[in-house]
Amino acid sequence: MSVAPKREDYDVVVIGAGPAGLAATATSAEAGLTTLLLDENIGPGGQVFRAISSTPVTDRNQLGADYWVGADLVQALRASNAEVIHRATVWSLDRNLDIAVSTGGASAFVKAKRVILATGALERPFPIPGWTLPGVMTAGAAQTMLKSSGLVPDGRTVIAGQGPLLWLLAAQILRLGGRIDRILDTTERRNYFAALPHAFAFLTSPYFTKGLVMMREVKAKVQVVSGVTELSASGEGQLASVSYVAGGKRETIPADLLLLHQGVVPNVNLAMAAGIEHRWDDLQLCWSPVLDAGGNSSVAGIAVAGDGAGIGGANAAVVRGRIAARAAVEALAPAAAAKLATMAALRSDLAKAERGRPFLDTLFRPASQFRIPSDDTIVCRCEEVTAKDVLDSVAIGATGPNQLKAYRRTGMGPCQGRLCGLTVTELMAQARGKTPQEIGYYRLRAPVKPITLAELAAVPKTEDDVKAVVRG
Amino acid sequence: MFRRSEQDRRPQVQIFVDGVAVAARQGDTVSAALLASGRDARRSTAVSGAPRLPYCMMGVCFDCLVTIDGVGNRQGCLVPVAEGMQVEIQKGRREIGR
Repeated sequence: MSVAPKREDYDVVVIGAGPAGLAATATSAEAGLTTLLLDENIGPGGQVFRAISSTPVTDRNQLGADYWVGADLVQALRASNAEVIHRATVWSLDRNLDIAVSTGGASAFVKAKRVILATGALERPFPIPGWTLPGVMTAGAAQTMLKSSGLVPDGRTVIAGQGPLLWLLAAQILRLGGRIDRILDTTERRNYFAALPHAFAFLTSPYFTKGLVMMREVKAKVQVVSGVTELSASGEGQLASVSYVAGGKRETIPADLLLLHQGVVPNVNLAMAAGIEHRWDDLQLCWSPVLDAGGNSSVAGIAVAGDGAGIGGANAAVVRGRIAARAAVEALAPAAAAKLATMAALRSDLAKAERGRPFLDTLFRPASQFRIPSDDTIVCRCEEVTAKDVLDSVAIGATGPNQLKAYRRTGMGPCQGRLCGLTVTELMAQARGKTPQEIGYYRLRAPVKPITLAELAAVPKTEDDVKAVVRG
Repeated sequence: MFRRSEQDRRPQVQIFVDGVAVAARQGDTVSAALLASGRDARRSTAVSGAPRLPYCMMGVCFDCLVTIDGVGNRQGCLVPVAEGMQVEIQKGRREIGR
């Protein structure tokens, strides 16, 4: 069962137990700082190393060597004296480094001298017609079930989109004996030319050989259609078919499961709610926090590490976690920093881990028709708002995502904009002839995940707290 | 839609979905257990009543919302199954008090 934090004050609180969070926590605790790791999931690993301590997939070749690297990070964490709490949902972080966390239905409050946000990434919204139908999921969702429960697709399965994760997932499904009927590759042909200037760095990075071997493995077993320019899902209350256009020719195939993927983007909700400045990244087409070389954000004491700092992949995330932790140690216990890897060594590790990334970002830059939908395609899944609804609101005066809330409630459902925010920004930017940076993003606030009123009401209150709101 | 790998040797856990016993495995999330069960686990949305199943399985999309042991709007993809757990598929809006 979930437990509350043991202390009220920590030197360092790390949020998220993926590659960056695991590395940051172990580094900070090894240097003797009181360190607390808070994570929303059942066990350590984040998404890339999901269920690393509990997966029923015991044949190590099936998930691949890159996955099992996570076991070493968990071992280093367990060898340290860091306090680790899973199933802990951080719902507030502010400029005073006060943290509110919900564990087992009750909230606790802790204060940190430094906070390292390692909240990672989520899959970029893929708003095509029919993407809310039961039977349409993200590729990451299928991979989560595969790693944590050994579940593989069984019915007629189509995978559509682009990016390294798509091929990795396809290979893993096939290795576990799952079914894939067709892969629809949406990579734009012109991206291959655009990516050429970055090809040398990529060819000499570890991504290249691994990627090539994996694509060959998949293509030997599954029909792959490349150059897909249109995509939609249809069915009555349940996915029945997938329709696509490739090379100017439309085809419709029956399907029980459609897995979508067009890359990952930083999960910005907690960082933005803490007041951290973000900027639109024109290459990665997402919001990324403004950080210095030590990972420090615009809010004093809060660093961001891992894919939440801009997409860099798992290896870069580990190094960024160590860099942020080392920066915290230098600030709080300079003498202890001597026993850690030097900043120069870490920077060189990071450059190595980031090699090949601009090539991937350019090659797998998603096409505008898969990011900016039209007509009746749903943009906001929670409030069921379509692209046309958004454009109609712009026509009568909505200027940006925050005004749009008053017109259409976009971003005000339980997901708090996680699945519509980027789409709304880009759609409004296009409609108003402005840049995404000018249009901006939702103003995010605590609680960044929903909690019950009962839980809020049960929070301990001082007499002054009560006086501040009670009349008379 | 999904089936279990033969190498999965985890112990069984019994949960109840709308009162019907469903076999899950230790370490499954509620959402994974529902999808593995082959049952119709579609909820319907509060806004239009449209049917939905989990989309992201990682805690961000909220399409996995279920009532667990009497508490509504829980993210089924973040909650591990427990022996005897009572899961209800949500149809439409939640009522006050749950």
